[in-house]
Amino acid sequence: MKVSFPHMGTSHIAFKHLIEHLGHEAVVPPNPSKRTLSLGVQHSPEFACIPFKILLGSYLEVLEQGTDMIISSGGVGPCRAGIYGLLHEKILKSLGYDFEMLIFEPPLRGVGDFISKIGRVIKPGGVGWIEFIRVFKITWKKLLALDETEILSHRIRPYEITKGETSRIFDQCLYLIDQAQTQGEIEEAKIESERKLNAIKQKEGYTPLKVGIIGEIYVVLEPFINLDIEKTFGEMGVETHRSIYLTDWTRDNTVFDGEKNIKKAAEPHLNQLIGGHGINSIGETILYAKNGFDGVVQLAPFTCIPEIVAKSILPEVSKKFNIPVMTIFLDEQTGKAGVQTRVEAFVDLLEHKRRGKGA
Amino acid sequence: MDCYLGFDVGSVSTNLVVITEDGQVVERLYIRTKGQPIKTIKSGLEYMRENLDNSIDIKAAGTTGSARNLTGVIVGANVIKNEITAHAVAVSREIPNAQTILEIGGQDSKIIVLRSGIVTDFAMNTVCAAGTGSFLDQQASRLGIPIEEFGNLALQSENPVRIAGRCSVFAESDMIHKQQLGHNLEDIVAGLCEALVRNYLNNVGKGKDILEPIVFQGGVAANKGIHAAFEKALAKEVMIPTEFSVMGAIGAAYLAKNNYLQTGVSKFKGWDMADQNFAARSFECKGCPNLCEVINIFQDDNLIARWGGRCGKWEHAC
Repeated sequence: MKVSFPHMGTSHIAFKHLIEHLGHEAVVPPNPSKRTLSLGVQHSPEFACIPFKILLGSYLEVLEQGTDMIISSGGVGPCRAGIYGLLHEKILKSLGYDFEMLIFEPPLRGVGDFISKIGRVIKPGGVGWIEFIRVFKITWKKLLALDETEILSHRIRPYEITKGETSRIFDQCLYLIDQAQTQGEIEEAKIESERKLNAIKQKEGYTPLKVGIIGEIYVVLEPFINLDIEKTFGEMGVETHRSIYLTDWTRDNTVFDGEKNIKKAAEPHLNQLIGGHGINSIGETILYAKNGFDGVVQLAPFTCIPEIVAKSILPEVSKKFNIPVMTIFLDEQTGKAGVQTRVEAFVDLLEHKRRGKGA
Repeated sequence: MDCYLGFDVGSVSTNLVVITEDGQVVERLYIRTKGQPIKTIKSGLEYMRENLDNSIDIKAAGTTGSARNLTGVIVGANVIKNEITAHAVAVSREIPNAQTILEIGGQDSKIIVLRSGIVTDFAMNTVCAAGTGSFLDQQASRLGIPIEEFGNLALQSENPVRIAGRCSVFAESDMIHKQQLGHNLEDIVAGLCEALVRNYLNNVGKGKDILEPIVFQGGVAANKGIHAAFEKALAKEVMIPTEFSVMGAIGAAYLAKNNYLQTGVSKFKGWDMADQNFAARSFECKGCPNLCEVINIFQDDNLIARWGGRCGKWEHAC
């Protein structure tokens, strides 16, 4: 069976591993491109947000390659993304594609449903439950290695002396992790990646500005949509810390220390679920401020209600915790100039602010 | 006399200023870009060469605006700076106690919040261009009024018509409906000004502390109707600096001056760049499905700059 899944940052490397080791052929979605965007926009409702359109475009690209099954995630709470999977399926089927769409809801919403869906993936490949759990654990290791390597790359990029070197080395690291198959190999690939990144020639005696990146998960994770904002900051000598990684709930996160803390921090300003990552955006801004970050950038898909609500609360948070926040709404634009201008201006603002403090 | 050149090349207008050591503007030029920045930059240089006194010695140049990189390469800039910083720098020199800058240009509008001369917050329209100069331009020509008279006409209105300002496309159709009902031209024009201001305050101005002194600048500040609509909506005095249309260029010139005084190096290539042949040629990179349009800037046959790729491989190879 040919199985595919959404493209989100670097996670496809781990998902490919999972699918292949369950006895299927993995159809890795190509990096989102202008073609993905055009395909997605053509077949999406005009008012849908950009993650919907990019995902649909991605699915069309993998279906062209003969995919039999697409695995995606659902969601709960007042955000449209919860029904995106269903709508994608309807649109794709009406276009004449014959495939199975498997939408995983959070396991606690229905354990039976969750288990039966896993069964539908592993049975056709002749894989038993014990083997599935073993493969899943290794996949998770791979995801962790990917995230940890990426986090390190964002820490090193602002110090690089040769512009673009970190991104080049990071691509090599992704290749290494992709090649690794066993737990031992993944560990080795991770250590080698760290060594390669640390070997990049770096500026000394330099304290970069630190910017936290918050907002809706898909636009935060996918560089094609956020116009490489982390790379743009990094190459201007600014360190970024991203609020969302897929492995967040097991990795030690020194800034946030868990979802509960984020919600607790947000509570005085927003105490109810507004869908998506709305509460997170508030809580994370506060935690970034408390952890000495210089500024925060909120990334939001155009028309995203949770982020719009968060945006209207952020000015009061920004004032109270004395941390500048810049919001960027993302849609179909692929021109980088607009984001570049705003990022440059934001960095100027943060530099002046820091100098003003006498730091 | 030592002077500094500031260049602001935007989507609609190209502005040049020459300032002295102590910030006096000795020459200014405001021309339309007309989608041909290279040609416009060259005619700007030529104008300055013809009109400037021989005693003026340009020590350094600074560029800003959406074509700041292109301009920087052609004229040889010491500083290439984003518009927000450039505008803020100009205002903090001209009106040191200003706390809010409202700026509306051709394609974008921004708000800059200053406290003690330092930018503490800003916003710029992102996805929607409703409420910018281009939109006013279009509507003025649709109504058959020269843009220069637009503002005066708006001031004559006694009962501005309410026009939907949320989106320029909807604004246009709403405006046509109101016209067909028989409303006066001046009431419609005034309504349009109010709609634009409402949209600006709800969009870029959302959640910002708009404290006095408030400075309004950019090409649209020439429009008295918009100025009046701002004062009405904010119920505060809104001042317009004398050099409102070239503030970005003034900021760029100040930044060039600071840079020159610090480094002692001038990168300015001279007025005679006006006679050189510059050409932009692009090609589509087929390295990945992004099919980036990579732009090469040539001076005669020499490649002097390159940009437009997403991955950076072309830029780094230049």
